[in-house]
Amino acid sequence: MSAADPAAASPAEPTDRAVTASPPAVRAWFRLLGSELRLVFRRRRNLLLLAVTALFPLVIGIALRVAAPRPAGGGSGGAAFFNELAGNGVFLTFVALSSLLILVLPVVVAVVAGDSVAGEAAYGTLRYLLATPAGRTRLLAVKYAAIVAFGTAATFVVSAVALVVGAALFPVGPVTLLSGSTVPLAAGLLRLLLVTLYVAAAMAALGAIGLAVSTVTEHPIGAIAAIVIAVVASEVVDNVPQLAAAGPYLPTHWWLAFDSLLRAPVDTPTLLRGLASFAVYALLSGSFAWARFTSADVTS
Amino acid sequence: MTATTAIETSGLTKRFRGGQLAVDHVDLAVPRGSVYGFLGPNGSGKTTTIRMLLSLAFPTSGSAALLGVPVPDGAGRVLHRVGSLVEGPAFYPFLNGQDNLARYDAADRTADPATARARIAGALDRVGLLSAARKRYRNYSLGMKQRLAIAASLLRPRELIILDEPTNGLDPQGTREVRALIRQIAADGTTVFVSSHLLAEVEQICTHVGVMRTGRLVFSGTLQQLRRTGAARVTVQTPDPERAAKVLAGFGLADAQAAPADGSPGAVPQASALLGDASPEQVCAALVGAGIGVRGFAVTPPSLEDLFVGLTGEGFDVGG
Repeated sequence: MSAADPAAASPAEPTDRAVTASPPAVRAWFRLLGSELRLVFRRRRNLLLLAVTALFPLVIGIALRVAAPRPAGGGSGGAAFFNELAGNGVFLTFVALSSLLILVLPVVVAVVAGDSVAGEAAYGTLRYLLATPAGRTRLLAVKYAAIVAFGTAATFVVSAVALVVGAALFPVGPVTLLSGSTVPLAAGLLRLLLVTLYVAAAMAALGAIGLAVSTVTEHPIGAIAAIVIAVVASEVVDNVPQLAAAGPYLPTHWWLAFDSLLRAPVDTPTLLRGLASFAVYALLSGSFAWARFTSADVTS
Repeated sequence: MTATTAIETSGLTKRFRGGQLAVDHVDLAVPRGSVYGFLGPNGSGKTTTIRMLLSLAFPTSGSAALLGVPVPDGAGRVLHRVGSLVEGPAFYPFLNGQDNLARYDAADRTADPATARARIAGALDRVGLLSAARKRYRNYSLGMKQRLAIAASLLRPRELIILDEPTNGLDPQGTREVRALIRQIAADGTTVFVSSHLLAEVEQICTHVGVMRTGRLVFSGTLQQLRRTGAARVTVQTPDPERAAKVLAGFGLADAQAAPADGSPGAVPQASALLGDASPEQVCAALVGAGIGVRGFAVTPPSLEDLFVGLTGEGFDVGG
């Protein structure tokens, strides 16, 4: 067992490690990731954000219960979920996700992503991390992993709270999909899991955009504001009919496409186009962030 | 690459995007085991040089090496052997001292996590912060913050410590503490590179000095070498300073001055001049030979302060 260790460590690090018996590179990565996750998830501000995020599904659920929606009402606009909700508490999760995707979840992600590098620069801790040396690429990768983790956590908080509140306030049973057919509750919950993961992927792409913004400034508030403005601008443009041609290329365009998962059969092409859009945005932003972060002088 | 120098730069140059030349062809050679004082007024390029050494900033041209390893290319291979304090302490205000050090230790990919707890406690102990380990950084005093920054640079045994203005903003007691710490670190055989605009610091702890002026290294060498660049002054206490000054000038000494007693208690009338290459014995004999009453005769080496002002020009922030 111990004989395999040097062989595993040597290809990555050629010669100069003989001086200090250093832990394997993978372990060092996980140690920094653990430190980053602790920093993000133990910070009171971020925990408060998660708590506030959790409040929304609760408030929406109570409001909808009190408003006592009339069964099989008008069904106007994109309120398909709202109509289903009266019959099935599971739909509170979709209601909550689609409502919070407009602004609340993006703001939560923007705060953590915008703060990621710019916050360290503002504290001055960035220069010490790099002089330690954390390694610029390594630090950036770990920062992005923590952003994705936080965005995913926020998304799952919404789904989980909405599921519990929905189950408590509304009847729960087989799930009637948007296309009209009904699937058993277990299959409905599986679709809910996939929807949550899809939204988490959307937030991960936004997180990459946020990370890129965060590398160009030393002011976290400015970075956060810029990300939120970008989200709102994208949503506004997406809603202008004359600009429909640009729609599919906007970062927010595919966020609500998770309803493709609530059809039978699942609208896979739409789903894949959405995921491809997230991947392209994550890749472009990630490349920009890397190019910027590994070449810029740290002046803070 | 020889490893006899802890820091070596060649033609190191940094031009900011605005066109300003912050560091201009600096050739540093810091011997291992030395305590090197990096002096210069604020804005003379000290911090920018240090930022390039630590691979925080990239040189416009020229090269630099730490412990024989070129930077920034080899930064990942050498910086863990180098402790640093750059432009004041910086930590997470919402974390306590111990967690702050753990954060930096986690960033070091060559640090052994198994010994982290002991190393952090050791570093805190060394700077006298063990009792404040669980106090939030936000509530630290300025001196404590500075000491925590030094503790961070001592998390692992280092071969080189780079300290940028380590006593900036400290009260006299804090300054003494930091100075004592630097002496201790140096006594362990660690090379110390300390930048300062305070002469007293450098004079008391350094073996070598480099002096920066508007981005250029205008002197580099030992303190003795620096002293030798200045001319010693001969001072004569005499009841007749005017005539004494004339004799000194007549002997070929430059800058002969007479300073009659100004009436203040203890003031003694005297004359002085730069000694140059003249022998003090002959100067004394010449004075006596000219009938000057010599009450006291002294040769004073040049003060470092005068030398620095000479090297860096007006505006040198002597008093801090």
